[in-house]
Amino acid sequence: MSGNDNDKDQENTPTEPTAPRRVIGTPPPSRGLLADLGRAGGGDGGTGTAPYSPGEAEAPELDELPANPPSLLRAKQFERLAAAMFLLSMIASIAFWAAYIGLEVQGPGNALDRTLRSNLALGGSLSVVFLALAVGFTIWVRHIMPPAELVEERHPMASPPEDRKAFEETFVQGAETSQITKRPLLRRTLIAAAVPAAVAPIVLLRDMGPLPGTSLRHTVWRKGTRLLLGDSNRPITAAEFSTNGGMITVVPEGYEDNQDELAKATAIIIKFAPGELQIPTRYNDGVNGPRTLLNSMNWTVDNIVAYSKICTHVGCPAALYEQTTHRILCPCHQSTFQADRGAQVIFGPAPRPLPQLPITTDSKGYLVAASDFQEPVGPSFWERG
Amino acid sequence: MSNPNGRLVLPKPLRQQGAELDDRLHAARGVRTLLRKIFPDHWSFLLGEVALYSFIILILTGIFLTLFFQPSMTEVVYHGSYTKLDGVRMSQAYASTLNISFDVRGGLLMRQIHHWAADIFLAAIFCHMLRLFFTGAYRKPRDTNWLIGIAMLTLGIIEGFLGYSMPDDLLSGTGVRIAEGVLLGIPVVGTYLSFFLFGGQFPGTEFVARFYIIHVLLVPGLLLALVSAHLFLMIHQKHTQMPGKGRTEGNVVGQPMYPYFMVKTGAFFFFVFGALALLATFAQINPIWQYGPYTPLAISAGSQPDFYMGWLEGSLRMFPSWTWDIAGHTVAWNVLVPALVVPGVLFTALGLWPQIERWATGDKGYHHVNDRPRNAPTRTAFGMAGVTFYGILWLEGANDLIAVHFNIDLYLTTEIARYAIFIGPVVAFWVTRRICLGLQRKDAQMLAHGVETGIIRQLPNGAFVEAERPVTEDEAAVLIARPPAPQLPAASAVDSNGIPVPEMRGLRGRVRSRVNAMFAEGISLAPPDGHGNGHGEGEERAEGEHVAVGAGSSGEPGPGGGGRPAAVEDESGTHGGGV
Repeated sequence: MSGNDNDKDQENTPTEPTAPRRVIGTPPPSRGLLADLGRAGGGDGGTGTAPYSPGEAEAPELDELPANPPSLLRAKQFERLAAAMFLLSMIASIAFWAAYIGLEVQGPGNALDRTLRSNLALGGSLSVVFLALAVGFTIWVRHIMPPAELVEERHPMASPPEDRKAFEETFVQGAETSQITKRPLLRRTLIAAAVPAAVAPIVLLRDMGPLPGTSLRHTVWRKGTRLLLGDSNRPITAAEFSTNGGMITVVPEGYEDNQDELAKATAIIIKFAPGELQIPTRYNDGVNGPRTLLNSMNWTVDNIVAYSKICTHVGCPAALYEQTTHRILCPCHQSTFQADRGAQVIFGPAPRPLPQLPITTDSKGYLVAASDFQEPVGPSFWERG
Repeated sequence: MSNPNGRLVLPKPLRQQGAELDDRLHAARGVRTLLRKIFPDHWSFLLGEVALYSFIILILTGIFLTLFFQPSMTEVVYHGSYTKLDGVRMSQAYASTLNISFDVRGGLLMRQIHHWAADIFLAAIFCHMLRLFFTGAYRKPRDTNWLIGIAMLTLGIIEGFLGYSMPDDLLSGTGVRIAEGVLLGIPVVGTYLSFFLFGGQFPGTEFVARFYIIHVLLVPGLLLALVSAHLFLMIHQKHTQMPGKGRTEGNVVGQPMYPYFMVKTGAFFFFVFGALALLATFAQINPIWQYGPYTPLAISAGSQPDFYMGWLEGSLRMFPSWTWDIAGHTVAWNVLVPALVVPGVLFTALGLWPQIERWATGDKGYHHVNDRPRNAPTRTAFGMAGVTFYGILWLEGANDLIAVHFNIDLYLTTEIARYAIFIGPVVAFWVTRRICLGLQRKDAQMLAHGVETGIIRQLPNGAFVEAERPVTEDEAAVLIARPPAPQLPAASAVDSNGIPVPEMRGLRGRVRSRVNAMFAEGISLAPPDGHGNGHGEGEERAEGEHVAVGAGSSGEPGPGGGGRPAAVEDESGTHGGGV
């Protein structure tokens, strides 16, 4: 269309600088039947209200579509172009089959390379199959079919009053005949029967899972459970930490592959330089139960402290640790915990510190838990209290 | 296909077949009407089609994937083609997804088309919805279809989340874990819901199979039913059309379904499929083999959900850590509000918007001709405020990546977002409204003075003037297409007997009257008087005198007085962003 505009400009003002002929947001110069219609009808421009007065379309409904495009020669040229597109699509389809047969994904060598090669060949040919068809169709409808626009009358959405009246009568008559409006006993007992029946399917869902009980309050850590390294499942001694350093993921011995338990019990240990680790002694408020210790320096071994790895926000693993600032960061929503101060929250949506796991060493020098966590780990839940 | 009399007739065999069919179906009249159904043309009408075709492609590729995917969380040790994960314990779901990617020819392509199609499906719904909103196409009688659309959007988001959770890779498992954390945050029933959904503690061994059947049967079934209802209503109520010459509330102008629209839309289906195939070929998406199988121990930094979940993620990141511990129970406002209340309020507001606007404008009539967004400044401004609200949540969902790539402090991004979420929508509302009124002024000026051509001429006396040409009839038809300004009686209005108008009484009446005045404000298109020779004088300030500010305005000084807009703006300029 812009091509047409330019042509026109050049005809009109061959030596003048060209200016935009079309105001953006308004239609391009009309072509086809509607333009003629508009001219014939005198147009409605200027009245200001015509486009919003229903039923004032001055153009009669045109039912005829043109049989031939304005220029048969141009149509012929575009027909060739569209045909070329369809042929290209056909060739691409054949290429798709060839790629499917010729490029095996299984076999020796690098699986990823083979897969990506196959993906490139199959996807590339499939793209051409569809895009060539799309372009061919577009040429067909835009340049081979004669341009045409039709006008269709709208009919009111609302039914005529007599139809509504007839409906109303039929409906009320039916209700009367059914007696349901006249017999409250029938009606009320039916409702009484329907409500519990409707709830029945919900009852059926009960066995989708066990009741939570207190399972979210406890983990599998017990006094003497050894801390295993999360990646190698090997127990660790306090002496192995010759230097203070990063954060290490630990799991309870005996539950290394138990995903359900690990989703609660996974912990992290961090070793600090002497004097750096200062865990405040912290109790719970004791309002809803016995006053219990939640953080204590006594629960550390040789400046090694263990915290739950499960974020108290929505349960992602708090997996990032910045050694210089001693901050633990949960990558999901950026709750930040101060590791050398009892994992207190210093930023983000987490409402509580990461619970501290009391640790000690056993007779062989391995790090072991001194008890379970003293508060529920992970996200808030209603019964947490 | 015409006989010597010039009558258009079918070839004999087709004709007989058709007659046989019609003998049984009584369809000739109805199908003929359908073939001649008129489709008005506007680029923005394609957005819904993108969504529809993405949905069809999702079904096609999804069927292929179900042939190979095993929705089971049984643990297996992997010994497949992808040797980097050889010997790793994983769920069968993850192993079979690896299998689809590396051992099935075209499997990776279908997976990637499926995933891209899901993203495009939702992006198209978002854009389609914005188009409907900003042009007022949701107004009576289409408010029912608007609600169906919102239901489909909600289902689409759920469907997408379920779909990308099923491979049980590290990234998707993290998303499921977050969803579990959100479920736990629901007061009273949250813990039970979580245990019932996961068949016990997270992650359990059930959720992939349960997500699977919901993903391939329940939600697609509902979507299919709603899509059918949506299309049926669209055909039954006929399309809206953009304003233009010859287009009235009483007609539809465009090309008939057969043959034009059929071929056009066929082309468009193939464009969508082709574009998705291109994306799947060249733009890798969800390379689950890089993430590894899910384990609650691990996570990768910079984890991002699919784009349509980003706003909920941002909402969770932004909200402060408020919780209550009362009477032995924990109320997790820090989860409840951002993950459930915010989307709940947003979707409810979207659903109620047609009603809210009817209340504000008092306009209960039918509308088949769309508004240009500038001609409904207050609606457009509310829309942009909503888009801004969504956009800030969405950006905050990627705040870690923003912090890294733009070298901004991580916490600062969140702090900014916490302020921006309140300030941004207000600013967007005000700015959008001013832009709309400015554009209305521009339209008024164009009608009165003509279109600036950018051609400067020198007069004999040495003065320079800009040549202007009068607007064409086609252009004028668009420019003058303004809905009548909706107006309710003022709060102090009385009827002929001196009794205050009932619905305008009291506090509610006063609020309604104020809101109505805001909706009614606009720039009059009344032709200028006494400035007939104003053309080309370069006296832009004169335009301020042409405008008459609509009823209820507090007489704000028009910014147009300070100069004209730098460029003729497309109405689509107000559609920006959002996805």
